[in-house]
Amino acid sequence: MSGERMILNMGPHHPATHGVLRLEVETDGEVVAAVRPDIGYLHRSIEKIGERVEWAQFVPYTDRVDYVCAMNANHAYVLAVEALLAHDPATRLAIPRRAEAIRVLVAELNRISSHLIAVGAMAMDIGAYTPFLHAIAQREAVNDLFERLCGQRLTYNYMTVGGVAFDLHAGAEEQIAAFLGELEREMVRFNRLVTANAIFRERCAGVAVVGAAEAVAWGLSGPNLRGSGVAMDLRRDAPYGIYGELDVQVPVGEAYAGARGRVGDCYDRYVVRLLEILESVRLIRAVLGLLPPPAAKADDPVGGFQADATKALRAPPAGEVRVRTEAPRGEMAYILVSTGGRQPWRVRVRTGSFTACAMLGHLLPGVFLADVVAIIGSLDIVLPEVDR
Amino acid sequence: MGGTDPDLPDGVHLTAVDDLFAWGKEHSLFYLLFATACCGIELMQTGGPRYDVDRLGMIPRATPRQADLMIIAGTITHKMASRVRTLWEQMTEPRWVVSMGACANSGGPFSKASYSVLNGVDKVIPVDVYIPGCPPRPEALIDGVMVLRERVRRYRTLGLRDRDPQVIAGADDDFGTHPGKA
Amino acid sequence: MDADALLAAVQRTVPEAVAVAAGPGRYLLVPAAAVDGLMLRLRDETELAFASLMDLTGWDLLGMPGAEPGIAVGWWLESPRHRHQVAIRVHLPREAPAVASVAALWPVAGWWEREVYDLLGVHFSGHPDLRRLLLPEDWEGHPLRKDYAYPVAYRGVAHARDGQRFAAPPAAKPKPGGA
Ligand code: SF4
Repeated sequence: MSGERMILNMGPHHPATHGVLRLEVETDGEVVAAVRPDIGYLHRSIEKIGERVEWAQFVPYTDRVDYVCAMNANHAYVLAVEALLAHDPATRLAIPRRAEAIRVLVAELNRISSHLIAVGAMAMDIGAYTPFLHAIAQREAVNDLFERLCGQRLTYNYMTVGGVAFDLHAGAEEQIAAFLGELEREMVRFNRLVTANAIFRERCAGVAVVGAAEAVAWGLSGPNLRGSGVAMDLRRDAPYGIYGELDVQVPVGEAYAGARGRVGDCYDRYVVRLLEILESVRLIRAVLGLLPPPAAKADDPVGGFQADATKALRAPPAGEVRVRTEAPRGEMAYILVSTGGRQPWRVRVRTGSFTACAMLGHLLPGVFLADVVAIIGSLDIVLPEVDR
Repeated sequence: MGGTDPDLPDGVHLTAVDDLFAWGKEHSLFYLLFATACCGIELMQTGGPRYDVDRLGMIPRATPRQADLMIIAGTITHKMASRVRTLWEQMTEPRWVVSMGACANSGGPFSKASYSVLNGVDKVIPVDVYIPGCPPRPEALIDGVMVLRERVRRYRTLGLRDRDPQVIAGADDDFGTHPGKA
Repeated sequence: MDADALLAAVQRTVPEAVAVAAGPGRYLLVPAAAVDGLMLRLRDETELAFASLMDLTGWDLLGMPGAEPGIAVGWWLESPRHRHQVAIRVHLPREAPAVASVAALWPVAGWWEREVYDLLGVHFSGHPDLRRLLLPEDWEGHPLRKDYAYPVAYRGVAHARDGQRFAAPPAAKPKPGGA
């Protein structure tokens, strides 16, 4: 049956678009006929700013590229700068091992809190407000930890070129271990409340299926790609930092929703995120196990937390690098172009949300209007990553 | 509110109507769920279980028509500016605006180096309370709301009807016809 | 395949490419006219199988030491099957830069090309819907150009922090102190 088409404008102010995404939805009755996403409402010209600040000054802006997982965003940028500096023996930095371990530690903690927002917000989009509050409660615990560590709850500016800004505070390891235990108990409750909930499962099962080949062609990455059954994780396949020493398990979508479920549907993407939370818990425990004890000197190659990069950053090697990392929303890669000056010539950041958002126009036609928000939620699109 | 006169019968309470209204408004500041950037996450967490602004009578509303308070949480770009103004115009009087964080106050970290960020939301809508921080802590946001409540309490309702908004020259291109527009 | 073998294999498929080392990074510089045919070969050659386009961007070379003025546009391809990557680059003139669109090969390129068009003014021929992506349609100039002049005002709202304020309607916000 086909009737008259209606144009529905969603956003840029819409509580379920996770920020300032605007969708021009053409509907045919209850079914979406076409979608034109309109982005740029949060385009803050971060890439241009990169050309106007010095290398180290850009770190706070990386926080704002993805504020839901600012640690991971820091990590990607400092790794890229360090890869550039490593090209010339004169500027190469000896990153202390403890600093590398702390980076992975905080990046995984931030991955947990980012995924918590993702699954909580997805449940909220589908109509269940309570799970979101449970997720936020756990996120507060991570925020407390980070606040104690670096004084900020959201935009940390914690990693520096050469290491991290501060060593772990006294008692941090016990605090983290206690949090992990509590989180595991909470996830069991969360699963009882949401994951096993029949209504939630039925709303997500078989909705917006993305096949493996389709996901690859659209450049999807991270949990969205793995939800489609492609076992690809840069932490395992192209390890950086100390990930090479860890045994990273890669959960993939397996039609978890049961009879109506298909590999690559909304439910799979959701479950992959939950499994990744538990995987991060495991990784953090492993990192705590191999964390070298602190040393007296900050730039001690083993127990230090920061190598001094001031001199190296005054005259970095000319050339370009592209460094890829696995952020919670997929591949976050920095391309840096240097002319040997104190400022970058070009800073480019590629993010996972961009490709996921680019896919909306392709993915949404044919679904029910009510599923649109569920699909956006399942792709975990965060707008600063898209607009930058 | 006014005092209770012992000569009055039980249940009778003398006060000015304005005071009664202000008392009601002050304790039910419904806010528009309007989050554009990083500060929005802190706004969400302020509504979360730990800070729980619901206890102050602040309930998030999805539509501006039901909201008394607009908390500008995050960066406003030039592209977004006209939408902010439209949302503000859709709110019913009396309406209040809290600018949360450096970006909404002045453009914050993006004020000089960015080409696309509006340097302060007060260029397009009037602001009642500015809260510093990048992002402000939830406590700071609650503090800002407390300051705003003072203002709400002083608001006089009866006898005052709003007139048409004043329009900055050219700023209204997107907003249809205003009386102020030639 | 290690990096050298990969470059050799790519050059066999794309003989017109020149390998360039730039600090730690390496890329293949190709003539702009060749892009149209070569991307298809890179994607479909079984030995290479670059099924994913991982990034597409560009930058302005104006004033860059050791470079002719121009616009660099790059494609970063990845093969999920072989787990290898390659970077392809073209240099375009700053006046009316144009290069073939690859949106038909990798659908995600559609948005990235719009972004490069938006920020650098590069025209992608054959793109189904080349419009600005991030900035509004009536924005002037392409911001990532090195000679881009920041806006003075957009739609009557000044860009600089100059004290311009939106005045509240007088009756809506009466003088405090009435209570
Ligand atoms: S003030 Fe800071 S935290 Fe808030 S939106 Fe701006 S950059 Fe983000």
